[in-house]
Amino acid sequence: MNGKPIPKWADVTLVPLVSVVLAFIISAILIWAIGESPWAAVKMMVDGAFGSSYGWGYTLYYATNFMFTGLAVAVAFQARLFNIGGEGQAALGGLGVALVVLYLPWPHWTLALLGASVGAALFGALWALIPGYLQAKRGSHIVITTIMFNFIAASFLNYMLVNHLRPQGSQDPSSPRFPDATSLPKLHEILGLFGIPFSKVPPVNISLLIAVALCFAVWWMLWRTRLGYQIRAFGESEPAAQYAGISPARITIIVMLISGGLAGMMALNNVMGEQERLVLNAVEGAGFIGIAVALMGRNHPFGVFLAAILFGFLYQGGAELALWTGIPRELIVVIQALVILFTGALDNMVRIPIAKLFSLRRAG
Amino acid sequence: MTAVTDHATRQETAASTSSVPPAIELRGISKAFGPVQANKNISITVQRGTIHGIVGENGAGKSTLMSILYGFYKADAGEVFINGKRTDIPDSLAAIRAGIGMVFQHFKLVENFTVLENVILGAEDSALLGPSRRRARGVLKQLASDFELEVDPDALIEELSVGHQQRVEILKALYREADILILDEPTGVLTPSEADHLFRILRGLKEQGKTIILITHKLREIMDVTDAVSVMRRGEMVATRETAKTSPTELAELMVGRKVLLRVEKTKAQSGDEVLRVEDLRLVDAQGVERLRKIGFSLRAGEILGIAGVAGNGQSELLEVLAGLREAEGRVWLRGNPLPLSGPECNGQARRAMRIAHVPEDRHRRGLVLPFHAWENTALGYHNDPRYNPSPWRMDGAAMVADTAAKMERFDVRPPNPQLPAEGFSGGNQQKIVLAREIEYGPDLLLVGQPTRGVDIGAIEFIHQRLIELRDAGAAILLVSVELDEILSLSDRILVMFDGRIMGERMADATDAKELGLLMAGMTET
Repeated sequence: MNGKPIPKWADVTLVPLVSVVLAFIISAILIWAIGESPWAAVKMMVDGAFGSSYGWGYTLYYATNFMFTGLAVAVAFQARLFNIGGEGQAALGGLGVALVVLYLPWPHWTLALLGASVGAALFGALWALIPGYLQAKRGSHIVITTIMFNFIAASFLNYMLVNHLRPQGSQDPSSPRFPDATSLPKLHEILGLFGIPFSKVPPVNISLLIAVALCFAVWWMLWRTRLGYQIRAFGESEPAAQYAGISPARITIIVMLISGGLAGMMALNNVMGEQERLVLNAVEGAGFIGIAVALMGRNHPFGVFLAAILFGFLYQGGAELALWTGIPRELIVVIQALVILFTGALDNMVRIPIAKLFSLRRAG
Repeated sequence: MTAVTDHATRQETAASTSSVPPAIELRGISKAFGPVQANKNISITVQRGTIHGIVGENGAGKSTLMSILYGFYKADAGEVFINGKRTDIPDSLAAIRAGIGMVFQHFKLVENFTVLENVILGAEDSALLGPSRRRARGVLKQLASDFELEVDPDALIEELSVGHQQRVEILKALYREADILILDEPTGVLTPSEADHLFRILRGLKEQGKTIILITHKLREIMDVTDAVSVMRRGEMVATRETAKTSPTELAELMVGRKVLLRVEKTKAQSGDEVLRVEDLRLVDAQGVERLRKIGFSLRAGEILGIAGVAGNGQSELLEVLAGLREAEGRVWLRGNPLPLSGPECNGQARRAMRIAHVPEDRHRRGLVLPFHAWENTALGYHNDPRYNPSPWRMDGAAMVADTAAKMERFDVRPPNPQLPAEGFSGGNQQKIVLAREIEYGPDLLLVGQPTRGVDIGAIEFIHQRLIELRDAGAAILLVSVELDEILSLSDRILVMFDGRIMGERMADATDAKELGLLMAGMTET
């Protein structure tokens, strides 16, 4: 008797769309309440994020970060593991990139990118392995342990930068600059090969393509391979997975390795692609935004791709707003929070009325 | 004034008037959930002071109808008359006020409260509990002596047997002065003797003028205890009969809409070599309770061994141990090879490699991944099958879909759509999907738990035939079921379990429900 209340297309498009619109309406009321024009603000945000190749460049740069961390959360959630440790795993991924790039000689950026990918994924994965192992073998709740590991990662990175990576005599807790040969091509260089003009300023780089490829790869892994089958079966029903002879401990550990690896690979974009050295707090909260991205993207890789671009827009558009209008920076954080609140936490508030509308339409 | 004297006066007035209005009359009740019409224009009249049975397959709409009567659902159309008076029942409070009490299949009791506290919960007279408690104690005492409803009022619910817990549910309804009592599948969890006691209680209540509606799918109970019976099929009320003027065969046909075999037709077992040997099997659970105590038996090829027992006496644990889902101590051999009972080799994959298949008791939790498509469920447990895995990087979805479609056809799964999620099928069709998956790999040993729980009569017949066919093909089958009729009609040999022990062994053709019932209740052999 409990048929699907909402068609699938509406579940993946209509529900998030209505949620975002509601979040924007409340944001507009807030902007209006502090005496600014909501319409001008929207225009400013859209113009700033999508109005020029400069805006697009930044939007896509942020979106790349969020794709990595969003995928990390989404993969883990397919096994019903809530990996909140993307922040720490991405930070450790940065350390992996820095060590690989600084301490090995790299003749060309392509090889460096390959090496750095391995380093980033490995460090992120190992950082997620410990909570994964503790969950699988000791039953320590993964939400708690991954949160704790974010703090440990931050402190560990601090120690590494101050005591080991910092060049002698420098006051700045950051690594030396990476060698020029390891500098990743920016998007304008790649597009230039095809004769497409693009702004040279934004830091968006080749790791965007890696992130997009990973969206596809993760989708393939989840829905086209035996491993993905086992992960999803375990996520939907642990007793059924156990019945089928799928080891819960094994899946938990594998999934956390994949999830941590994906989060770690974010360092390709922000550390190797943009900063070209390792600094303190390079992740800047992208690990947490990944949770919202995965929630909004319904833990589906393609959903993550779209949600990452939306959040890239919010970041870039928000930065423009803070720069050019009297709207304070804090309000932009509020707008981002509203989007997260509506798309993530208040999901059912939108879903239930939509389900009612659909059942009415069917009955009528 | 106490509840009991109030009842007495009401009964007197009921008896003195000659033309009594019916206790319940439903007229034209309809209810739809989305596209599913659960109740279609249902009318039914239940006379005062009778026991009225409602039978029907799962999903026939019995529970929906009763939920409307008890105020859980609002009917789309139709009227309810209680004692001849049109009554609106928007919620269960209104139902209680109208004198309706309901005993649910899954009890709604607070486990760590006493009987007394459960009875007064929600019916306290004042903020201080003392007066209600004293009043309830008196009422319970009276009810106990009137209706054989003895329960220690100070016992904690969690310490009571299931049969006693059910009595508490009935007491709760009577304490709220219910005149009309609805019982939803009340005997599903009871031993035969507990069920008999329940029926004595119901007859006693009837003699006192109460009206009882009994929802069940067990025709034997209907024949034993009811005065009239209504049959529902696919949301419609197809017939109402006086029980004395009908037969189980007629009722079964009305339920299904065609002729059905109530007994399974089978030849005598041609048992072969020993397939399974179990010795000194012992299981202690996480709470330190001994669930299996020195279990030992053997099972031959071409034989169905039935394990009878009231739910919760170790049968589930036995199945899970043999299926590799739980670790235990003891010795088990499959065709002479020792079966690991703990460690990494004790898991579902290793068991399947040894040609042990398992139809689990709880298909929703274990046997199926409900949100998965039917074709994904067909691979559950067999996802390493090379036919499904042309390369390590790709599972062959098309092959899985084709395989599922073929299995669906052979097992008459409806609708035969491999793309439908498992939760979209009815209980019987879900079970057929599980059974097709497990049987078609040609197991040496099939472990089956509750093969027909929540399955409609038409599908029961089909499932039983398939199990007999598998037996005749030379497989050994271990059958666990709480349905004594099923054990009796399918098994060649029967073991009865009680409190983790095997109480006795009987040949199926040399025993009956009464003898097994005594063993199930823990009476030792004399």
